Amino acid sequence: MLEIKNLNVWYGAIHAVHDISMSIARGEIVTLIGANGAGKSSTIRAIAGLVKGAKGQVTWTGKDGRPVQLLGRPPEYMVKLGISLSPEGRRILPQLTVEENLMLGAYIRSDKDGIQADIEYCYRLFPRLKERRGQKGGTLSGGEQQMLAVARALMSHPDLLMLDEPSLGLAPILVEEVFATISEINREGRTILLVEQNAYAALRIARKAYVLETGAITLQGTGAELLENPKVKEAYLGG
Amino acid sequence: MSAERGAKKVRNRFLTVLAIISFAVFLQQAPNLLDGYKIRIMNMIAINAILGLSLNLIYGMAGMFSLGHAGFMAVGAYVSALLILTPAQKTAMWILDPIAPWLLGVHAPFLISILAAGLAAAFFGWLISMPVLRLGGDYLGIATLGFSEILRILITNLTPITNGPLGLKGIPAHTNLRVSYGILLVTLFCTVRLMKSNFGNVIKAVRDDETAARTMGINTFQTRVLAFTIGCFGAGVGGALMGNIITTIDPRMFTINQTYNTLMIVVIGGLGSITGSVVGSVLVTVMLEWLRFVENPIMIGSTQLFLSGKPGMRMVIFSLLLIGVIIFRREGVMGMKEFSWDRLFSFFSRQRGDAA
Repeated sequence: MLEIKNLNVWYGAIHAVHDISMSIARGEIVTLIGANGAGKSSTIRAIAGLVKGAKGQVTWTGKDGRPVQLLGRPPEYMVKLGISLSPEGRRILPQLTVEENLMLGAYIRSDKDGIQADIEYCYRLFPRLKERRGQKGGTLSGGEQQMLAVARALMSHPDLLMLDEPSLGLAPILVEEVFATISEINREGRTILLVEQNAYAALRIARKAYVLETGAITLQGTGAELLENPKVKEAYLGG
Repeated sequence: MSAERGAKKVRNRFLTVLAIISFAVFLQQAPNLLDGYKIRIMNMIAINAILGLSLNLIYGMAGMFSLGHAGFMAVGAYVSALLILTPAQKTAMWILDPIAPWLLGVHAPFLISILAAGLAAAFFGWLISMPVLRLGGDYLGIATLGFSEILRILITNLTPITNGPLGLKGIPAHTNLRVSYGILLVTLFCTVRLMKSNFGNVIKAVRDDETAARTMGINTFQTRVLAFTIGCFGAGVGGALMGNIITTIDPRMFTINQTYNTLMIVVIGGLGSITGSVVGSVLVTVMLEWLRFVENPIMIGSTQLFLSGKPGMRMVIFSLLLIGVIIFRREGVMGMKEFSWDRLFSFFSRQRGDAA
């Protein structure tokens, strides 16, 4: 579904991502773990079209089976193809209500019934959001904002949902809740690319995982394999 | 719960219609109640409110710091005037250079000329937005200011079309209370509808968080261009109305001072608040007139007070007031809030609750 070959990302003279290659098949949860500044966000932002200095090949094969080159396209093109990003730091619009935030997520769509159905779907996934539907985004707690960020990314009805650090700043119990919902979204047939620092939480739900260190992939395998890998244990799981 | 909300909605709609009707009756009676000077001020309030709303859309709601309003007003004022003036007036007026022949016979009724004024200003706004809106913040302000000056200098020097520095005189005073407040009502209605729609939220999203907007598939550049163009349309309409009340226009009317006046209205009223622009327009327009008394000698008994009436004094005092607003209430009178009947009622019931 998504095939990344020799992706490089530069910010001016800084070479943030070195020649990484990875692939995501339809229906999988794939996770990209690594420490701060390893290049995780740069990779995901390059796929979403938010980074200008990205070189390499990112090939998307949609439902029609036609491969499309993504690099160099604007973000709205990716959203229309069916790739949606929930950006790092949630980026909820604080002045708008929960429902208005969700409506913005459906910006590229015009099927009123479908949008309404997806809003209901999001409220089923996150009942808390339904309670807060008329409340301003800025008044939500951190966990609720993260739920809203994920829900908003779902509103474009993507085939591939990319989540950048959904556990950031959340209490452990909320992390579990959010990750359980991510698994549920995946079970219902949506492909997910998950970028995480919280390696344990991410590896537990991921089918396939890549470890990124200083801009290069150093390890890859299934989630279960990497959970048992001594190097991963030492570096990311606290021994 | 929802029945109560429905009843409130009916009540609010009823109150809105009632308020509009009673204001219309007042406007109908105004010529009998008020002298010409006061009516002129009332007209200016409406025109300034239209200008304030249009700049607020660009600066307050879409977050683009534009200092080009005067230029777009000038375009509107000239387009409207050139369409309204008769061929006889035109031939008599162009004494430096003969008027461009194609322009001599062009003629349109007042309301059409207002519409054309808005469209022409919107066209120039669209044209400039292409290169300029790639800039942000202060750079955008400088670039739009430059463009506004270019427009003014073009108007000064394109004598066959604009009659150059002499300006245009004898424009019929078409702007009356009914016209200015009618157009203000339409402007208000359109602005409210626009901002309540999803597009209003899109504009705010682009203003508040460009990255978030882009990840949702919003083309932020196009959104900015659209908001800027609509705002320029309003500037053109406001400029045209102004020309039709003052009855003479020349390039010096449309310097940066004109932009500052509108900017003051938007900032004092509250960036991003529709109500704020209207309130700001009332405050600024009335204050600027009322403060004229400081420019006359002030007598206490038979002794003259320390100032013998300096022209320009009111601007000094007004600037001090503006500084006060910025220091003590930076978000403006309304902040980002809007007027609503519910808010009004809850305000009064809270007051009563405190008293009891």
